[in-house]
Amino acid sequence: MAWLKERLRYIFGSTKGLILMASALIALETAFMGMLSGPMAELGIRDFWIRLWGMHLDPGHREARIIFLYHTFAIGVIALETYMITGLVKMKEMHKVGINAVMTVGYLFVLVFGLAFAYWGENWAFHGLFIAGLTLVFFAGMWLAYALWPWAKEYRLPEGSPYWRLAGGLDGERLAWFIMAVATLISAIYGAVPGSYFGNGFEVFLSEDIIRIPEHTPMELAIVGHLHIMLVDIAVAAMLIVFRWVDLKGRLHAWATAFTIIGTIIISVGAWVIVPFRPIAHQIINVGAMFLMVASLFLTIYTWRKQIEIGLHKMGIEDKPTLGQKLKALLSDPLPVGATWQMMYMNAVVTAPGVFMAIKLDWLRQWLLREERIGLVGHWHILAAVIATILLLYYGDVVGLKDKARKWYGWGIVIASDLAFFAATLFYTKRLYVSVSQQQPLVNFTMYLLDASLFLVLVIVAALMVWRLVDLFKPEGKWTEEWRDPSLKPIFAEEDVR
Amino acid sequence: MKKAWLPVLTLLLAILWGCAVAPPENPPQVDTGVDPNEWVRIPAGEFLYGMHNEEAIIEKDFNMMLTPVTNAQFAAYLNEALAKGELILNEDGVYIEYPGEPFEGGKHEVEYGPGQYLVYPLGTIEAKLEYKGGQFVVKPGWENHPVTMTTWFAGWGYCRFYGGRLPTEKEWEKAARGEDGRPYPWGEEITKAHANFYKSGDPFDHYWGGQGETTPVGFYNGETHLGFKTEKAISPYGLYDMAGNVWEWMLDTEEHNPHLHYTHQRILKGGAFNNYDYDARTFARNFAPPDYYDFTTGFRCVREP
Repeated sequence: MAWLKERLRYIFGSTKGLILMASALIALETAFMGMLSGPMAELGIRDFWIRLWGMHLDPGHREARIIFLYHTFAIGVIALETYMITGLVKMKEMHKVGINAVMTVGYLFVLVFGLAFAYWGENWAFHGLFIAGLTLVFFAGMWLAYALWPWAKEYRLPEGSPYWRLAGGLDGERLAWFIMAVATLISAIYGAVPGSYFGNGFEVFLSEDIIRIPEHTPMELAIVGHLHIMLVDIAVAAMLIVFRWVDLKGRLHAWATAFTIIGTIIISVGAWVIVPFRPIAHQIINVGAMFLMVASLFLTIYTWRKQIEIGLHKMGIEDKPTLGQKLKALLSDPLPVGATWQMMYMNAVVTAPGVFMAIKLDWLRQWLLREERIGLVGHWHILAAVIATILLLYYGDVVGLKDKARKWYGWGIVIASDLAFFAATLFYTKRLYVSVSQQQPLVNFTMYLLDASLFLVLVIVAALMVWRLVDLFKPEGKWTEEWRDPSLKPIFAEEDVR
Repeated sequence: MKKAWLPVLTLLLAILWGCAVAPPENPPQVDTGVDPNEWVRIPAGEFLYGMHNEEAIIEKDFNMMLTPVTNAQFAAYLNEALAKGELILNEDGVYIEYPGEPFEGGKHEVEYGPGQYLVYPLGTIEAKLEYKGGQFVVKPGWENHPVTMTTWFAGWGYCRFYGGRLPTEKEWEKAARGEDGRPYPWGEEITKAHANFYKSGDPFDHYWGGQGETTPVGFYNGETHLGFKTEKAISPYGLYDMAGNVWEWMLDTEEHNPHLHYTHQRILKGGAFNNYDYDARTFARNFAPPDYYDFTTGFRCVREP
């Protein structure tokens, strides 16, 4: 009994244990639910999976199920990010413990009862518990915003701090964290209100299905705004996590943080004003997105420079390194470089096609809605997956992967996921290259490449999880080390002056 | 680094383009015993409409074609209508005079004023009709398959020519699902034996590189065709092919559906052979402009009883 108690205390009572559990559950859910996807249906696996697990899938409720599924994933990732935030950002221990505890109960309720309701018989008690879970997560979010309050005296930066210091010693980055948290809370309300409205009337819909109907009700528009901004808020949180991970400082810290704050505010306002000012909402969103993209560029420049510097130092090269040596130094650690590379690569597979589709919308609307729907869904699925890989790469560092394991894990995730994103982009932009009747070779190629690449990512994550599972059975395993020292350390930090 | 991707991508696309998919030829003949010239009376009354099962009503009885319009029926129409001067034959296709429709200047709205609009394109590899010796003829084996490559104007012209019109979405849905709100015409579940959808395993599934093809109208009638056992997958009123096979054009403009304000887009229903089964649900919708066509677009008509 003591054996189990110790492990549970590690999993539920330490930041790294909580991160491990959330990562494992999201990975399991991805693998489990992936069996219901289109390609699996073609192979007959979907039907087998449904029978095996005794699922009840009412064909009339498919859209509702998808909405539940999205929420279980999103809330899982929000929990994961919250654990990382409470581990990385200074706050009172009481807040840290409280936020993590409420968040854990909330997201587990959302995950378990959300899936149980949607896929196993629509028991309304489960629906209530799902809502209770969402409420707890929201409460944890409010607590987090309170704990992040940037004007508290104890969090002011001293003069000469290498971090972005505003008037009176206000910590600019803490301000960015706080704004992200508040924006996320407002955006959650933005979805909760129409969600309750439509939920009570059982009138669920997927936004991608209603895009060709020009006039939408305010509640429909609120849903559209909600789904756009929640993904952005999750992305901003991931970027700020990488700020801390690489210990971003100096001028680039100031610029990146300032751009993050401005971008978060503009993009949030853009998504929120969709109800009264729909015609200009997307233009505002684009401006905000540009600021955030530039912030990610500053972060990438800092990370790559730092990695080259450290890599060259490790290689024993101090003077006038060649380009090849610099490149070798840059590629010597796939985790921080890979995470920021993913931010840049995102522009090729999400931003550029997205802008193109927005500019050529009239052209796109000459095709069947289904083509446009594939484009929209592909576009944001890739964005969500890019965020997931960034968090996975960070997690590789959190668990202390070293040497070959670090390289295989890091490069494996980067290369496999980027191949998958490339395949998905080719697939959702296929009408640019082939006609409907001629598309099948391209569809087959992209689908096989996409599935194989994603499978590889899942295998890599599964290998990590199996290692951690086996480790839990060891009396003096990695988990005891993490239990003794649960802090999340910046990768490039020389000294944390905060 | 990015530049290196360009030739790789170009090469890749060139390879994929090189794998051109040949059109299917001489499909096996299947006599389903279902007569595409039959009409079915759909009674007026209340029914559950749309994904959210809204209560709706059809005021008057109407007749609907038992199956989608076939290639043979459409070829006969083209020949008759061309002979009567109701269609215009150009080099690139058959056109029809359309009186135009109100334009409200919506953001992505396209104006369709009075003029000639494409009914059926010529010279495409997907078409099952050929123009030979001054006549439209059906390529052998495709006679009782639903016509495809048709624009909305094709349905509008065809139905009008024979004294009917395209169905409204509500009429089509009432005919497809009856009054009890069922998701599929025959009930609650779909299997590969019920309808022609993507990778549903029918004998025509391997065409177009595995994307599939149309099945003859009435194929899913409970009998075994070409070794493929089907379920009798009919709607509550006995209609065939209301799920899968081809997308069917709906009549609806703003005149019939207030939600179609500020748009020229038309609704298509039923799902096609290259879509997943969820697109075959009776309330599922697709949209396209009225001059859109591809090898999945067909239609059927309604008329006064």
